[in-house]
Amino acid sequence: MKYYTYFPGCSCSSEGGARAYDWSTRAISKVLDFELKELHDWNCCGSTPSGSVDELGAFCLAARDLALAEKAGLDMVTPCSACYVIFNRTNAYLKQYPKLKEKVDESLAAGDLKYNGTVRVRHTLDIIVNDIGYETIKEKVTKPLEGLKIAPYYGCQMVRPGFGFDHPETPQSLEKLIASIGGEATRFPLKTHCCGGSLIISEEDIALDLTHKLLESAASNGADCIVTVCPLCQTNLDAYQSRVNRKFKTDYRLPVFFFTQLMGLAFGLPEKELGIKKGIVSAKKVLAKYA
Amino acid sequence: MVTETKTRTFVDEICSIPGGEGIKICIQCGTCTASCPNADKMDHTPSELIAMARAGMKKEVLSSNAMWYCLSCYICTVRCPRGIQQTSLMHALESLSIQEGLVHTKTVTPTMYRLFNHYCHLGVLPELWFMTRFYLSTNPLRAWRMIPTAWGLLKHGRLSIRSRKLTPSGSNQLKAILKKAESLGGLQ
Repeated sequence: MKYYTYFPGCSCSSEGGARAYDWSTRAISKVLDFELKELHDWNCCGSTPSGSVDELGAFCLAARDLALAEKAGLDMVTPCSACYVIFNRTNAYLKQYPKLKEKVDESLAAGDLKYNGTVRVRHTLDIIVNDIGYETIKEKVTKPLEGLKIAPYYGCQMVRPGFGFDHPETPQSLEKLIASIGGEATRFPLKTHCCGGSLIISEEDIALDLTHKLLESAASNGADCIVTVCPLCQTNLDAYQSRVNRKFKTDYRLPVFFFTQLMGLAFGLPEKELGIKKGIVSAKKVLAKYA
Repeated sequence: MVTETKTRTFVDEICSIPGGEGIKICIQCGTCTASCPNADKMDHTPSELIAMARAGMKKEVLSSNAMWYCLSCYICTVRCPRGIQQTSLMHALESLSIQEGLVHTKTVTPTMYRLFNHYCHLGVLPELWFMTRFYLSTNPLRAWRMIPTAWGLLKHGRLSIRSRKLTPSGSNQLKAILKKAESLGGLQ
């Protein structure tokens, strides 16, 4: 059994929009024999916007979580690419900029906390493919996703700026994972292009252009569905797909899964446990042959 | 010839923010601009912004819309041949722009970021309330247009009316940390 500290982040918390990602992660953890212990009393990591408003405050938000996690002495795993980049950047910057560290230390001390910089922060996909491994995953497959054509979408922040896990522009881990659960990864040239991120809220037209390009690329490469590793990418591609269709007069109906959901399906876990129905674009037709 | 002045230059201000110091070593090759998915939407491209900042055009740089179109996709950062953390540089320009009260008037992204940060400081981002408040404060008509999307999310159990809360002691701890950080006056 492998143990990790688990940081779900706001989207994957029990009140968040990507709770299906959390459910399916926990469900497959039982099959793959690893345990995620949720960090007690965690706060929002600050994500990208906080640092653009108040840098020191943003580093302190992330540092509080890291300081709490340090007490457990385990690697901290997060399913969210934004949380992943924020924590890793905080770790890197605290080492690189002594003046920043001094101020963060002083702030943490006001809350009786201290952070020594020892927490290794990892993405869920990283631990699954590197700690568990493709061979073990293959052994647990009872219902291979044979014939399912899946566009592997990495998005930006899991692979960039790059914290040692997979290539920043041409990563391969999702393709290998898809193969190990019996599916077929399609070619997907835009696999690390941006989905529009949080600009979907403030500059919807601009973000929809980017989301549209991704859907177009996935569809034109023959994908039945898209697999994602990030709550925000999933929301943009799934919940805003009908808005793309309206704006560009298209008719995409591509279900957008979290990779943990597809793994759960291949392990024969019930759809309900994986939150398959939480997808806005129905997966019913695409998954009909795997029922 | 290097001329030294006693006053703090705009470049000094940028350099005082982690990641901002790269501005000094840019060779103006334009790789960041060529890579940026949103460069065509910006009034000044990322490399232009650097050149302008180095020419001391503080007001023009900080009132540009460019950094507010940055997606934080980090493609410029990984491709920069000088190893400049261009994305962090954009973030630095965003926060300086807010501090100086020079934010571009035609983009609502700074308003969104500020509201986001407000909730982060409370410990949790409640997606439903954050979005509702943002749309109502910037464009009520858009709030109206968002109803079908919000309804779809609600129907699928993806928007909660109730939001997660920290324990009282966790909340007080976070408040104390952020209050201290505020008293330290930022990073500069």
